[in-house]
Amino acid sequence: MYKDKPPSRKFHPVYLFLVLPFACLLWVPLYNRIEPSLLGIPFFYWYQMLWTVLGAVCIVPVYLYEERNRK
Amino acid sequence: MSANPVSLSVFLVLFALVACLGFVATRWRKADLHSLHEWGLGGRSFGTLITWFLLGGDLYTAYTFIAVPALMFGAGATGFFAVPYTILMYPVLFVCFPRLWSVARKHGYVTAADFVRGRFGNRPLALAVALTGIAATVPYVALQLAGMQVVIAALGIPTTLGGIPNLPLITAFLVLAAYTYASGLRGTALTAVVKDILIYVTVLTAIVLIPAKLGGYAKVFSSIDPKVLLLTPGTDDNLGQGFGYASLAVGSLLALFLYPHSLTGLLSSASSMAIRRNAILLPIYSLALALLALLGYTAVAAGIKGMPEYAAGFAEFGNNFAIPALFLHMFPSWFAGVAFAAIAIGALVPASIMAIASGNLFTRNIYKEFLVPNCTPAQEARAAKLASLSLKLGALFFVLLFQTSYAIQLQLLGGIWICQTLPAVLIALYTRFFNPWALLAGWAAGIGAGTMMVVQLGLKSSIYPLHVLGITIPCYAALSALVLNIAVGFILSLVLNATSNAPRRDETVAADYLG
Repeated sequence: MYKDKPPSRKFHPVYLFLVLPFACLLWVPLYNRIEPSLLGIPFFYWYQMLWTVLGAVCIVPVYLYEERNRK
Repeated sequence: MSANPVSLSVFLVLFALVACLGFVATRWRKADLHSLHEWGLGGRSFGTLITWFLLGGDLYTAYTFIAVPALMFGAGATGFFAVPYTILMYPVLFVCFPRLWSVARKHGYVTAADFVRGRFGNRPLALAVALTGIAATVPYVALQLAGMQVVIAALGIPTTLGGIPNLPLITAFLVLAAYTYASGLRGTALTAVVKDILIYVTVLTAIVLIPAKLGGYAKVFSSIDPKVLLLTPGTDDNLGQGFGYASLAVGSLLALFLYPHSLTGLLSSASSMAIRRNAILLPIYSLALALLALLGYTAVAAGIKGMPEYAAGFAEFGNNFAIPALFLHMFPSWFAGVAFAAIAIGALVPASIMAIASGNLFTRNIYKEFLVPNCTPAQEARAAKLASLSLKLGALFFVLLFQTSYAIQLQLLGGIWICQTLPAVLIALYTRFFNPWALLAGWAAGIGAGTMMVVQLGLKSSIYPLHVLGITIPCYAALSALVLNIAVGFILSLVLNATSNAPRRDETVAADYLG
């Protein structure tokens, strides 16, 4: 069809880290609950707030992998 | 409500300082601002840190800072969808946008429609993407101005000064217009730094001070109606509020990066690694947003709504008055001035990027493409400046002539519309299986279906209950319309690719996308 195929970089398992936040946040029944609460904050709220940090942490290994591959 | 002299002066000093900064920026990293590349993208020169401030100021708008807590204040747990939404957008940013940045750098693209034009060589499709971007942005700018109106009212500044109605808002608007015109994205980037610092100071103070005054978070949460503290779980024949919540998060994150102002912010960075680093650093704003969202609950706990001194504000602005009222009630007056300056400047930054982005779209994809194909770079830059100015004027008139509720409804629609450009922009980064005419048909189907769903809901909500096999699926209309859009595009592409052998006009090659 086309001479110039879109580039297909080989899939590396490290990219699964990027799927993790989706799995943990889009399955709402997982965290739609009050207990265990933390400092009076229901689970629903502190769990998602925790993920603001975890979500960023999940990107770090993928970043390191890509940076190494650039060299 | 009468004006408090202390908070008013603090507010005015900070606001004036930022306005000056906007003008000083013309001299920052001095370059020829008579080129669109320099004016509209800051010369694509911003490193990780400036990109961080710029995107932070761009994606987390003043309106977000008022509307998200207001939604929590009024509706409870549903309003918290902004948190998963702003978390999940970063993996997408990390994966897709370095590619878009690379191909844009290689071919000098300034807008998403530029890319579509280059990738498919199809002018109607590029025009559709450009028009969608502009149509979605105008009500967004209007909402920023509406957010500023709330702050102006909360400060107790009379809306009519010297016989001229809305003079304070018009003044703030003129400041915005003037510095955007003069310094372009540079001015915005510098003001974004100040805005972000003010926002962080406000948020940190608020989350420490206010719950402490109310007796801790446990007290705050116990004052919330238990019925809205969690999402309604699904039943056998209804997937429940949780599905709507997740679909709202996904639809919103897809929409966000398709908005012209996000792309302008991303393309102005100096390297694709700066974008990748920002995918790790920007979630700090999401944490701030989550904490702010909880302030909606503290406003409930503080009993703001029952206080007679704020009744007029609630009558005029609805729940959007909750956070300004909370700040007035809880903060010493000088700090209320700081907080309101943070919100007002927080409106200037995204409004100015949005105006620049739509100016870029108009110039590149309508003016240059259809009206004056042989324009010089200086003409091009001037057209963008004038277009962004008229867009802002349009937004101003919108706010002045119509009720804020119209802007909110239009912005709701805008999010659904902009989502429908995803196949032509984001999917096209990975494949050119799709035929441009099929994409155009899919786009039209998505826009039509999405608009119809929201109109049927009376423009009040965007969660449309779909009935499939006897099961009710409450889904964000942008997302269900997008599914239809992709399905139409896919099937028509299969047909067109099999029947037509018209040559593809793709000016990009595989290597352009890596960087």
